Order: sequence, then C-alpha cells, then structure tokens
Amino acid sequence: MTSAIRVQQVAKRFGSVEALAGVSLDVRQGEFFGLLGPNGAGKTTLISALAGLVRLDSGHIEVMGCDVVSDYRNARRQLGVVPQELVFDPFFSVRETLKIQCGYFGIRQTRARDAWIDEILENLDLTSKANANMRSLSGGMKRRVLVAQALVHKPPVIVLDEPTAGVDVELRQTLWQFIRSLNRDGHTVVLTTHYLEEAESLCTRIAMLKAGRVVALDTTANLLRRFSVHALRLKLAPGVMLPPPLASRAQEKEGAWSIAFDQYSEIEPVLAELRANGCVLEDLEIGKPDLEEVFVRVMRGKEDRFPSGVGADARSPSSVGVTG
Amino acid sequence: MSGFPTLFYKEVLRFWKVGFQTVAAPVITALLYLLIFSHVLESRVHVYETVSYTAFLVPGLVMMSLLQNAFANSSSSLIQSKVTGSIIFVLLPPISYRAFYLAYVLAALVRGLSVGAGVLLATLWFAPLQFAEPLWILAFALLGGSILASLGVIAGIWADKFDQLAAFQNFLIMPLTFLSGVFYSIHSLPPFWQQVSHWNPVFYMIDGFRHGFFGVSDVSPWQSLVIVATCLVLLSMLTLGMLKRGYKLRA
Repeated sequence: MTSAIRVQQVAKRFGSVEALAGVSLDVRQGEFFGLLGPNGAGKTTLISALAGLVRLDSGHIEVMGCDVVSDYRNARRQLGVVPQELVFDPFFSVRETLKIQCGYFGIRQTRARDAWIDEILENLDLTSKANANMRSLSGGMKRRVLVAQALVHKPPVIVLDEPTAGVDVELRQTLWQFIRSLNRDGHTVVLTTHYLEEAESLCTRIAMLKAGRVVALDTTANLLRRFSVHALRLKLAPGVMLPPPLASRAQEKEGAWSIAFDQYSEIEPVLAELRANGCVLEDLEIGKPDLEEVFVRVMRGKEDRFPSGVGADARSPSSVGVTG
Repeated sequence: MSGFPTLFYKEVLRFWKVGFQTVAAPVITALLYLLIFSHVLESRVHVYETVSYTAFLVPGLVMMSLLQNAFANSSSSLIQSKVTGSIIFVLLPPISYRAFYLAYVLAALVRGLSVGAGVLLATLWFAPLQFAEPLWILAFALLGGSILASLGVIAGIWADKFDQLAAFQNFLIMPLTFLSGVFYSIHSLPPFWQQVSHWNPVFYMIDGFRHGFFGVSDVSPWQSLVIVATCLVLLSMLTLGMLKRGYKLRA
C-alpha cells in the first residue's frame, strides 16, 4: 500500500543553520503519527516542506504517492495542514473563510459542500459563530477555525502542527475527540506537540527529531519499552536535597524527583545512597514509564541504547533510530 | 486554473468590504485635486486649443487614481497577508502561480477601474467631457491598471514590512504618477524635463488615455500603446518569474 507520507533523505539549510539533515521516514495510511522534538529540531520545517511552503535542498517527499514538487497539485489535495501560528483573515466571517478555502481547492458551491461545512462547524462547536467575523473570535475558536480550514477538502492526510498550544482543556478534549473520529474513519493524522502525554495517548507511532535528524522512530509502545523501563519517583522532605550523584540522573517534575531504571535490582543502590546521605523521604513510588522520560533520554543523547533498525519501516540510516 | 475564481472573488470582496477606504476615499481625494487645481489654474493654463484646463485635468486625475489604487490593492493585500501570516491560506492549496498572478492583478484592476469610474462620474459635474475615441480610453485603462497591479504584486512580495512598501509607494509610484502629465502637458516643460518625462511609462498611459477623450495628445497613441504594452509584458514576465520561484513566499 502507498505510504501516506514518504520522506526520503530530505535536507534543508537556512544560511548556516541545518534545519533538516537527511531526514527519512514513512507514515503509513491510517496511522496516528507523532513528530516530536524540542524547538528548532526541524518539525515545522519538515511540515512546511511537506506542504510546499519550503523548498528542499535535496531529497523527496510524497503525499499519498504524489511528489510535493513535481505533482504539487495532487499532493496538496491530499493534505490538510493546521499551521502552528494562530493566523486568520480579518476581512471575513467563519463561514466565508471556509467557503473561500473550499474554492481554493476547486470545490464548487453545492449542497454537499455546504452540508460538509455545517458538519465541520458542528463537530468543532463553531455553529453559533458561523457568521461572526474572525476578528471577534477568541484564540481557541480561531484555532478551531484553522482545523476546520484544513478539513474543508476532506484530505486523506491531516497534519496538525502544535494544534493545542494555548488551548483550554475542554477544547483540547473536543478537538482530540474529533481528530480521533477522523482517524477512525481512515484519515492519516500527523501531529506535532509539546504535550507529550497527548502524543503518548494518541499516537501509534512516533518519530523524534533533534537538530534536523530523526533520532528515534518506532511505535509508541516500543519506545516506552525500550527507554525508561520504569521510574522511581521520590518526594523528599522539605529542605532535603538529592545527593549530587542521584541528582545528575534524576528529573524533577511537580516537586518530585524521577529516576529511570531498567532492573528492579537498581532500586536498592539508590535507596542506599539516600540512606547514606540522610535523606528523609516523604513519598516513594515506582511508576510506569512515560513518553516524557523517553523524550528527555533521547534528546540527551542516550539513544545509544537504541538498537539499530528499530524503526519497522526504516529506509535509510537516518531513520533507524541512531543518528544523533 | 483551479482556485483562480475564488482567489479573484476573495480579493475583490476584501477591498469591497472596506469600500469607504478603498473606493470612496480616493474618489474624494481626486475631487479635491480637481476643485483646487481648476480653481487656481483654469484661467491661467491653456493646454489644448479646444479644451479647458478643468476638462484637461479630469482624464489625468481619473487615470492617476486608477493606477494608484490598482497598485495599492495588490500590494496592500499581499503585505497584510504576509505580515499577519494568512498568506498561508493561498499557499497551501493547489493554486498555480499563473492563477495566483491573474487573480491578484485582475482584482486590483477591478478596484482601479471602480475608483477611476467613480472619479469620472463625480467630475462630470465640473467639466463637460468628450469621448472622442473611447477604445483608447478602454485600452489604456486596462493596460495601465494591469501594469500598476503587477507592480503592486512585486512590491507586496518584495516588502517584508509596511515601511518598505510605503517607501516603494512614496519614492517610486507617487513621483511616477504625479510627474507624468496629470496636471500639465509636457510641452509646457523645459526641454530637459520633457526628455525625462519620455522615460516615464506612466506618461504614456495618461497621454494615451487622454487621447481617448479629446483626440489630441502629446505623442501618438500608437507609440504610447506599444510602450505601455511592452511594459506590461516585461513586468508580467518578471512577476510570474518571482511567483514561479516562490521568491519570499516559499522559503
């Protein structure tokens, strides 16, 4: 089956900055795919290249088998992009904005088109604002209109670039409910987000980018299993500091320290170290691994634990997980 | 040409929604020019044998307003959508660079023609006009408007901020249109400035346009037509080349 997205040896440089340094990855049809990485890792550049907003120095990208350069018209028809920036055209109402967006894709004014616009508005809870000017909408509503705009031409592949940045919890849930239903209906979804718990719960497969390279690419379950098998979470008594040898391998999160470990036998030396330093604990628990730990470990360059070829459909050295 | 009709419609709707600013205001400005200049100069300046100064002024003002507004439409629409980021909505769909160019130029032309028609209607009260050779009026209105609309596309794409666009407008477009024979015949200028005026393509637009009204002009309308059409072809090629390369639009 044709890949929803195929990225092959893609490179892009902005002056002295290497935004993408030979990225290769495949997104299968129907997947909910996560693209993670710190700011400046190249996620948005990759999405922009996918959408034809950035011209590549080398490499190829295909959307549903259509090359984004040589067959850009068909490639763009297959793709709906929700941009990261909260942009809008201040001259138009929500409905006008969506009708205009339909027209850009050559969709004529028909009952079916109007019914689809109504359905999108309904699903994104925008019906009551359909005739409101874009300027009068709140940030969250503008974000929803951006999602609606990306969906007007019913693209098989939907790319969401940090869609929930600055969005309240209720809207986030509504949004994910809708995107999940689209995914169930067969749409491929590619998501970038800084909310790793979102990626963990939504994405079936994840690629992590760092400095323009893919440093991890696997199913979410495999990533969680391979990295950060377990975590020892410690809450210290007030005024107590974690001993330096432990602090260097611990992550602080919500007032507690988290230390990743692979084997249960690794717990005892930690506790011994705490006893030796007279650290008083308020709470201790053994937690399941989460994507945030995986992310931190990968970004810190601990991907040397990552066996090569872990990406099931790896197509080049840069997509097999260990390139960073 | 998928997407062209909608992009054209959107661009027309955009200026029409703020019609007071984009159509009515330039008509009033042109009217003020007419009132002031005709009041001061009517009895002092004599240009053509059978044409009063006020009547002479009207076609110049119509064309100047048409040209300036055609430029303003495409340039301001592009810079606004670039600065706000909403340009992405026309870059993501499968709209070809030719469709993009045609939509922006034609919409700008519609605004230019609307303003020009508005000025003409408003000034009919003040000066009896002739329409000696109306085809010339139409030809120069369409060609001139398209040239300034293309220049607007170039300026809107080139400028990264409003300041740069204002510089383009104030240091290039305004002098070219004001010093093109709107308010005078270039035969009233000293020889040196007459020669300089012949290097200004806007002079040929206005002179040819005026010929359509009075049947007389400073140079042959055929010569003006060739020069204006050549300018349009060259500017269109330049603009299409910029759009094809994605200059400042696709990184």
